[in-house]
Amino acid sequence: MINRRAGGGRFTTLSGVPVETCYTPEHLAGFEPARDLGEPGRFPYTRGIHSTMYRGKLWTMRQFAGFATPEETNRRYHYLLEQGQNGLSVAFDLPTLMGCDADDPLAEGEVGRCGVAVSSLEDMETLLRGIPLDQITLSMTINSPAAILWAMYLVVAERQGVDWRVLSGTIQNDILKEYIAQKEYIFPPRPSMRLVTDTIEFATRHTPRYNPVSISGYHIREAGSTALQELAFTLRDGIEYVDWALARGLAVDEFAPRLSFFFNAHNDFFEEIAKYRAARKLWAGLMRERYGARDERSLKLRFHAQTAGCSLTWQQPYNNVVRTALQAMAAVLGGAQSLHTNSLDEAYALPTEHAVTLALRTQQVLAYETGVAATADPLGGSYFLERLTLDMESGARDYIRRIDGMGGMVAAIERGFPQSEIAEASYRYQQAVEAGEKIVVGVNAFQCDDQPIETLRIDAGAGERQVEKLAALRARRDKARVEAALDALRHAASAGGNTMPAILNCVRAYATLGEMMNALREVFGTYQEQTLI
Amino acid sequence: MENRIRVLVAKPGLDGHDRGAKVIARALRDAGMEVIYTGLRQTPEMIVNAALQEDVQVIGLSILSGAHNAIVPRVMELLRQKDMTDVKVVVGGIIPGEDAEELKRQGVAAVFQPGASLEEIVSFVRSAAAAAKSAR
Repeated sequence: MINRRAGGGRFTTLSGVPVETCYTPEHLAGFEPARDLGEPGRFPYTRGIHSTMYRGKLWTMRQFAGFATPEETNRRYHYLLEQGQNGLSVAFDLPTLMGCDADDPLAEGEVGRCGVAVSSLEDMETLLRGIPLDQITLSMTINSPAAILWAMYLVVAERQGVDWRVLSGTIQNDILKEYIAQKEYIFPPRPSMRLVTDTIEFATRHTPRYNPVSISGYHIREAGSTALQELAFTLRDGIEYVDWALARGLAVDEFAPRLSFFFNAHNDFFEEIAKYRAARKLWAGLMRERYGARDERSLKLRFHAQTAGCSLTWQQPYNNVVRTALQAMAAVLGGAQSLHTNSLDEAYALPTEHAVTLALRTQQVLAYETGVAATADPLGGSYFLERLTLDMESGARDYIRRIDGMGGMVAAIERGFPQSEIAEASYRYQQAVEAGEKIVVGVNAFQCDDQPIETLRIDAGAGERQVEKLAALRARRDKARVEAALDALRHAASAGGNTMPAILNCVRAYATLGEMMNALREVFGTYQEQTLI
Repeated sequence: MENRIRVLVAKPGLDGHDRGAKVIARALRDAGMEVIYTGLRQTPEMIVNAALQEDVQVIGLSILSGAHNAIVPRVMELLRQKDMTDVKVVVGGIIPGEDAEELKRQGVAAVFQPGASLEEIVSFVRSAAAAAKSAR
């Protein structure tokens, strides 16, 4: 029997935080609007990073896309741009994410399946054909091999005749959350952090408008964390990158303006909005107080949001359209700078063109029809939201203090702290669903017989075509030049300088992703986590 | 203690999304079973060898990447080669309906798709283990 009261009779947020019947000024004792909120566009930026917010510029509608071969994905990009999308976001397949070429035995059955396969500069040239990189911002979700894929992008820009100084876009390049949550790591944490720092340093010197890292809570949340854990671990990861860049000799205001963030937009509407507001306030305070940042741009936390993939259900998939719309609205009310809305069929497969179009239209309806973008932080001043925001902030401060006490995030990861916190939260959540304490519409309540939906099938031929192209490239290129470039990369990696110039030379010589990763593996070794259940 | 059910939970392929595998491993353990979790990126050879060494009755494979049609048949083939056909294989993850039917034709005991309840999975594993034991 389903409890007919709100939330199934348990009054907590999705993350398990108790919620009162009604919030009044008494719940905000000690709250000072001038200090805790300020104005939009002013410290501490709780209300948003721009004074006019979306009046000045709407968020970027950036749908994450990639499947099969670079040719097919390039066609999807041109389609999305024609439909009014204004930024691109590359989804790579698992072999690429794990630094394997399409012809690697480990890649069997996985080429082009979860994203697009890119094994060399040639594939990147095909992927970006006809896309003017001086006009379109490009985001790439890539982590362990981020420096290499970024170098491929930089060389494509070079060949388009685009000055690196005008390039704008983002590489995810957030290796810490891989150890914490998504587990696409290859090298041990410390050499991985050195590679991330190499890209931050290189970007600071050569691509001043590019974001070399997108510090990501999204995957932490997808792995089952609470909203608070997502916030706290993400900001603590940010602190870790800042510490490493400072140790490299960069000044905080040189690189901090280009640090960007990426958060999940999950089901619990107010909890999510509170999370984004607390994130901005915390980061501004940390940058100013802990690091003495003076440049206003260093203080502003800019973020991309994606609706929660893990909230999509296989049962009654059309319900996912509704979930996604509400989650996207939370992201907009929380002041996101760019947004990806999931497609209704993504519990099954990569989305069809029809499903992606509907997801993009969801953002356009939000932007142009609902009125939520007309004023900055429209929910500011709500007793409930301000209480949640304050609680998020203090909870995150506690976590950050604990991780500081462990010696930082790398040390906390090495002892399994964030991993076990998340595993615990995800098991607790699943038990609550199992007990019917948390209702998932269509799954543990309101079930009915499902009608099958049409899904995208990746034909197995995509893998074969990639393998053939790679074989032709290997036969055609200047082998001596490739070998010399790979030797220089090994040398740069063991010598301790910035690896980016050597990686760029490997890319220009058409060394493959797998060859470059193997050269780095020889120097750095690989990582195996101790999994506790 | 000799009668405890022994289950290997494995995560084959390149994918690292281990939320489901870990939740299932823990639910099986809380139900009183002996659970061996292999960790990430296991090849079919590694999985079958671990199943042999650990003397399990059931292997649970968690696959979310779409690589199930390449991976699961190889696990089944290796079990046949090693004369371990009494070991029951269950698969969980994003497995389209038609693929699930094909995997069952190849000898997979059950396929659990998104939204399957822990209770359903635990009770299936319990009965599969009993069937595996009586086949020995």
